[in-house]
Amino acid sequence: MHNEAKTPLIRLAKREGIRPASTWLIRIASILVALILGSFIIMITGVNPIEAYGTMIKGSLGSKVYLQQTIKIAIPLLGCALAIAPCFKMRFWNIGAEGQITAGALAATFVVRQLAGKVPSLVLLILMALASLIGGGIWGLIPGFFKAKWNTNETLFTLMMNYIIIGVVAWLQIGPWQGRQGRMAQFPAEAILPKVFGIHCGWIIVLVLVVVVYIYMNHTKQGYEIAVIGDSLNTARYAGMNVGGIMMRTMFLSGAVSGLVGFIVASGANGTLASDIADGVGFTAITVAWLSQLNSFVMIVISMLLGILTMGADTLQTNLNVPVSISHIIIGLLLFCMLGCEFFINYRMILRSKAHGKEAASK
Amino acid sequence: MAALETVYAIELRNITKRFGSVVANDGICLGLQRGKVLALLGENGSGKTTLMNMLAGIYLPDEGEILADGEPVTIRSPKDSFKYKIGMIHQHFKLVDVFTAAENIVLGLNDGKHDMKAVNAKVREICERYGFDIDPTKKIYDMSVSQKQTVEIVKVLYRGADILILDEPTAVLTPQETERLFDVLRNMRADGKAIVIITHKLNEVMAISDEVAVLRKGKYIGTVKTAETTAQQLTDMMVGRSVTLNIDRPKYENPLPRMKVEGLTCINGEGIKKLKDVSFVAMGGEILGVAGIAGSGQKELLESIAGLCPIANGSILYTPIDGNETQLVGKTPKQIKNAGVALAFVPEDRLGMGLVGSMGMTGNMMLRSWKKGWGPFVNRKDPENLANKIWHDLEVVTPSVDFPVRRMSGGNVQKVLVGREIASAPSVFMSAYAVRGLDINTSYTIYNLMTEQKMRGAAVIFVGEDLDVLLELCDKILVLCGGEVSGIVDARTATKEEIGLLMTTVGGKEAE
Repeated sequence: MHNEAKTPLIRLAKREGIRPASTWLIRIASILVALILGSFIIMITGVNPIEAYGTMIKGSLGSKVYLQQTIKIAIPLLGCALAIAPCFKMRFWNIGAEGQITAGALAATFVVRQLAGKVPSLVLLILMALASLIGGGIWGLIPGFFKAKWNTNETLFTLMMNYIIIGVVAWLQIGPWQGRQGRMAQFPAEAILPKVFGIHCGWIIVLVLVVVVYIYMNHTKQGYEIAVIGDSLNTARYAGMNVGGIMMRTMFLSGAVSGLVGFIVASGANGTLASDIADGVGFTAITVAWLSQLNSFVMIVISMLLGILTMGADTLQTNLNVPVSISHIIIGLLLFCMLGCEFFINYRMILRSKAHGKEAASK
Repeated sequence: MAALETVYAIELRNITKRFGSVVANDGICLGLQRGKVLALLGENGSGKTTLMNMLAGIYLPDEGEILADGEPVTIRSPKDSFKYKIGMIHQHFKLVDVFTAAENIVLGLNDGKHDMKAVNAKVREICERYGFDIDPTKKIYDMSVSQKQTVEIVKVLYRGADILILDEPTAVLTPQETERLFDVLRNMRADGKAIVIITHKLNEVMAISDEVAVLRKGKYIGTVKTAETTAQQLTDMMVGRSVTLNIDRPKYENPLPRMKVEGLTCINGEGIKKLKDVSFVAMGGEILGVAGIAGSGQKELLESIAGLCPIANGSILYTPIDGNETQLVGKTPKQIKNAGVALAFVPEDRLGMGLVGSMGMTGNMMLRSWKKGWGPFVNRKDPENLANKIWHDLEVVTPSVDFPVRRMSGGNVQKVLVGREIASAPSVFMSAYAVRGLDINTSYTIYNLMTEQKMRGAAVIFVGEDLDVLLELCDKILVLCGGEVSGIVDARTATKEEIGLLMTTVGGKEAE
């Protein structure tokens, strides 16, 4: 009376030593699954899915203008993902990049309002960048300080800090810094980042940052400290590290880089400050950082991918009249499948019949 | 033919269990009989607990079958396991502190409202029958470790278990308490229960079991009758080749005081005194053993010396060979290091405190040297050389010096940690449970390394759990009881019983 029906249908077992080739196969498969699921959604709107996907590619990479737009979307994502990578490596869940971007942009705008027309353009831009580093840095340092001193919850703290600074900018927008029609005045020409190959030079800044962050994380004493703290707080204390101090320093640096992204967006892309300047970049960057497994070079690819998707979604709406919400569903499906496939990389499933077959074979 | 076969209460046939590429159990066959005590013997990591967890419904075997009274069964959950009257007492107790013994015993039983009076009466009846001594109305937080264990055993008996599996039950007990537990087990055997005791201590196997089943590296080696075997034969089965069970204890000429601890008192976050007025002297050229029931303040003692545990009161004076005393109290680990105190510390929690699990050997060597050198960049060359040296000298099994230490086996992890600490040429070497979870060979390697440090003139402080080892390895043994020093004895003359008594009493009084 061997009761087979009693064994569970699917069991999970941890995988070990999976070949890199198979991991990439799983990753590619997950993207295909997402695209197939997405086609059903597209079909509901009455559009041919292949045509839709083609439009998305064409609309993001198909021409010079489209490509420039795509890169413009990718720049802040990449910069911000680089900013939060050290925090995440340290297992300090900084979800306040949104606010740190805004704080940086605010500080840069302050400099513009004080000094525009009084100093040469290059000096002004450098001062704006420095101010944004300090502004964003302070906005990151505050939750870091409270975490180090009183072990407050950094997730909630950084999140709440977002709303405070966004509120401050919203008030400035309709209050002291109000321009025409409830908006802030555009920056003067000398406060705008120059263009290189048709795109504001922020892309050069973030590409330099990619290398700097990579070296910082992998080859410096501070990067080593961050990695040890992320693995075990007790080990860090055991090794004589000043955990609180390192946390504050890392949060300052992370906030500073986010602040610099705020400056790039304000000065390079928007040409002004608005309360929605971060526009969700601080959150999407978490996805970028996580999908890249905190490797700064992989972040270039992932942020470009998200740029392509966002740009493609826009074109899809204008060209084929597919509502933008449908595109968002597709982006969501893609991200879900890409993150979810990590599960299949770490675990394998054993079906009942297969497990039983093995048993029979061994007898 | 079937009539001639013994019908086992539980029989395991060709059980195989894999975790990823690791084969934890490989085709194991085992039979448990009623009225017998079976000792499941094997080194740490040989698959004893994994095997028993499959009976307890925690894991499901990948291959093979389990028979209960001759019928094939599938045990998918602890509930199934209970259905076949199997009760497992785990190494880590699963009790609710604020409940009474009786409340814990009926916790999770799905039969409506409990009449606590009837429950208490039934618990008392079980206790009387087997010779337990617990008060069912006592709260768990008021109980000693051995009482908590008793509650766990009564819990499975209350639920009608006929087959009891005890996972390393004596690890937390004093010699006297162990004897009491064995009396109870003998009573249960007489009552016709099938008992499995998982252990790696040979003297206990000889004292309590009828049969011994030996596992080695996940493989079933064989079952022998206890009456017909010897400790040496069992060791050989367990290890796979002959090993000598002697620890060398040379004497260091002219030991000098290296560290004087006086009136050390530590209070933890909840305001509980973990150390009370601890005083002792650690001599250079001696191994000072620290004995005590788990949680008697051993961890706090070492961590406070290392600057990792806040100290409420007392003094720790370090005297190097050239004679300038340094006060360690109030210093951070960094300040202690900067003051020139060569302190090596192998903490109990290897991966949680001593090492960085996600890094390789090189990254872990850097833990001691990452600050060295000028400029913002880390020096990887020297740590890498050190890692390579330890890799070869201590025969660490790892594919490369960059392979994450988390994925190494326990013994290799410990070699990495001990190797690094010894490389710093310490004048004080502290280790907590240095051989926990290690196989016999690695354990002896570690003992030898500590003796080497002692002969170098370092003061060695060794927190241990196996009293036999402490008595053979150390020069002096300090016994802790409830955070107090209940005695410091000469390890060459002391007896196990003497230390066992000190473990539960301070100044002649029974400890709380």
